[in-house]
Amino acid sequence: MAPAAPRQRPAWAAALARRLAVTAAVLGGLWGLWEGYRWLWSTEGWTRPFVVDYLTMPHIHEMFQRLLEPSRSEGPLLIGLLLKSAAFTAREALAGFALGALIGFTIGVVLHHSLFLQRGLLPFIVASQTVPILAIAPMVVIWLGGKGLPVWVPVAVIAAYLTFFPVTINTLRGLGSADPRALELMRSYAASPWKVLWKVKVPASLPYVFTALKVSATASVVGAIIGELPSGIQDGLGGAILNFNQYYSLEPASLWATNIVAAALGIAFFGAVVGAEKLVVRRAPEHVG
Amino acid sequence: MTHEHAAAAVHIAGVSKVFGKGGTHALDDIELEFQPGEFISLIGPSGCGKSTLLRVIGDLLEPSEGLVRIGGKTAHQARLDRDYGMVFQDPVLYDWRTVARNIGLPLEMMGWDRRRRAERVQAMIELVELGGFADHHPWQLSGGMQQRVAIARAFAFEPALLLMDEPFGALDEMTRERMNIELLRIWGASGSTVVFVTHSIAEAVFLSTRVVVMSPRPGRVAGIVPVDLPYPRVFETREDSRFFELVTAVRELLRGGAPAPVGVEA
Amino acid sequence: MKGLGARALKEWLPPAALFVVAVVGWQQAVNVFDIQRFLLPRPTAIFASWHEQWGELWSAGWYTFQEALWGFAVGCGAGIAVALVLARWRPLGTALMPYAIAANAVPIIAFAPIANAWFGIDQGSKIAIAAVLCFFPVMINVLRGLTSVHPSSLELMRSYAAGNFAVFRKVRVPNSLPYLFSSLKVASVLAMIGAIVGEYFGGALTSLGIQIKSAAALFNFETAWAAIIVACILGIAFYLAVSLAEKLAMRIYPARGAQ
Repeated sequence: MAPAAPRQRPAWAAALARRLAVTAAVLGGLWGLWEGYRWLWSTEGWTRPFVVDYLTMPHIHEMFQRLLEPSRSEGPLLIGLLLKSAAFTAREALAGFALGALIGFTIGVVLHHSLFLQRGLLPFIVASQTVPILAIAPMVVIWLGGKGLPVWVPVAVIAAYLTFFPVTINTLRGLGSADPRALELMRSYAASPWKVLWKVKVPASLPYVFTALKVSATASVVGAIIGELPSGIQDGLGGAILNFNQYYSLEPASLWATNIVAAALGIAFFGAVVGAEKLVVRRAPEHVG
Repeated sequence: MTHEHAAAAVHIAGVSKVFGKGGTHALDDIELEFQPGEFISLIGPSGCGKSTLLRVIGDLLEPSEGLVRIGGKTAHQARLDRDYGMVFQDPVLYDWRTVARNIGLPLEMMGWDRRRRAERVQAMIELVELGGFADHHPWQLSGGMQQRVAIARAFAFEPALLLMDEPFGALDEMTRERMNIELLRIWGASGSTVVFVTHSIAEAVFLSTRVVVMSPRPGRVAGIVPVDLPYPRVFETREDSRFFELVTAVRELLRGGAPAPVGVEA
Repeated sequence: MKGLGARALKEWLPPAALFVVAVVGWQQAVNVFDIQRFLLPRPTAIFASWHEQWGELWSAGWYTFQEALWGFAVGCGAGIAVALVLARWRPLGTALMPYAIAANAVPIIAFAPIANAWFGIDQGSKIAIAAVLCFFPVMINVLRGLTSVHPSSLELMRSYAAGNFAVFRKVRVPNSLPYLFSSLKVASVLAMIGAIVGEYFGGALTSLGIQIKSAAALFNFETAWAAIIVACILGIAFYLAVSLAEKLAMRIYPARGAQ
């Protein structure tokens, strides 16, 4: 047993310190793995599974260093540029997320109430996710772009396409998970289906919906980037990726730096949904045994 | 039919259990002796520590003070030697195994070979009268039948001691009374010592050789009521006047009033 | 047999009916609304193109599908292995779980060009991308399945003085199967997508991704759509195969709610 802690330090500070220590340890461990692998492979000259040199595996500090350098010979720092691109992409992703979540939820509600539509549409909804969105993206961009909409709208639509599916599936499952006894109680009040939906089923579905939203948060960012790639949009992260991919042999660290920013964006979206979940859903945690 | 085997005596000395630093005082200085082959019920209101005591006996919880000996060994050693079986209120059967394979689980753990396992499982299925359901899955059975599977599993390796935590709590009254008679029949055939936790006064008196009454906050033994009704006990036993006297004695102890003058140890 | 036939009919009739309605509707809509052919060619035109290039399309499809299949195998295998390790050494598992979840939130799309830099533009890089896409969902779900065992089950095992390995074999692994299969279904779709996305960044001419890209660049949209449909069919087939495996493996589990 640990000796009694000094009474002055509150419990949450200790937990926070521990959490930070673990984070530092894990990040340090990952950094060590990367640099260690790099060092070992380059000194031994191993070529499987791929050759290790400055091109394929830049030093991690080089990637971060690159962020603080100007993106071109003179001009704004790379990190400034990337953050602006990230903001651009984030806007599309957010719009797509909102649109996709709304559509997904609505479809889920509709399918919950109609067994015929469920049986009929669900296979297609599942199949829709096998369509390589990357291939469809340019067509969506041209179609919607031709209608005089700003260029980020079709990208948001593509993000929504990747977002709606998990939300639909989980809404369907969540609505069906309502306690039969609660439903029976509603029946005894002769409650209308609308009331039953909003007072019992939707609250019951929230944990499931939030699980889906966590997946969708990532999917919306992926969708936004994918949408930008073939669309010739320069201002977002997709454009940055294509740009630095072209010049990879000259400046490998830039692409990696872009990846870092993209990863941060994805995680930020995810974290936002987790935070929202904590506020909205208060339920017993899963058994962890 | 299972043959007689060595039943264990249970010796509980000075057992206390406190949860957390300066937290709940679940048990306070419990002293109890159970003779081999006895049927002991632990009864008391919520928070009296009866389930905690059961888990301490079974080495699923460590006492803060005191010790438990089962048949001369420490509780820890008894668990490692697999000297006892447990039945919970939730049957805790594995959905993906058939009834037969659920019953055979402890025997698998003990490394019995297939033929010996099959024989014993068959004997247990007949003992709990679930013949014909060997290849069913738990989710195909009613609550009472599932609990019978759990009991068959617990008795399968002929434990010296059987610990039961409100196994019939989730069943309706009539099924419960039937299961009580079943349990007594199985106990009679096996001869194990049984420690049985329950909320039901009638059940405690009907099943036991002695009833240990506990009081809460902190958990203590309030008194022990020996039950001198003859075995085998039948449905009619519940209508016996002596039965009512004993139930009343237990009830008085539970209410913390003066013990009724019918041969009560305190 | 009669009951079986009636049930199959009930399940397949609605989607089949809707499919027919959709295709006919598509054909009409293109005519009526005069949708430009590069957006949405007529089904008949796509079908004609399909017919013409049958061999090419399907060999490209098979080429890409192999990448998806290998990526699926590697990614899911690694995911299961890591989940087993993290479930066995719990402190490591609890420490790393948030990072795995965060890593799953990283848009893997950014990894595609790097994979090409590492492995060149042949199949290896696409396999790597597909594997990375499959790894995290499978690992997270299997870990969850291995660790969300009811405490009573574990108490029962303790009362049998069961060692860690026995608890794994007899309780945790069977408990995790439903979680495993639902993540495998997700992974099957992701693998195919990953392979095609990888090809878009640079791949062989004989791959589906490049076929789509080059057909679209040449304004040959009927072919592009035909290739897209091939990709869909392969993705759906993969998903159905995993669903079938799930049904077979999970016969012994109680029927769950509507999937």
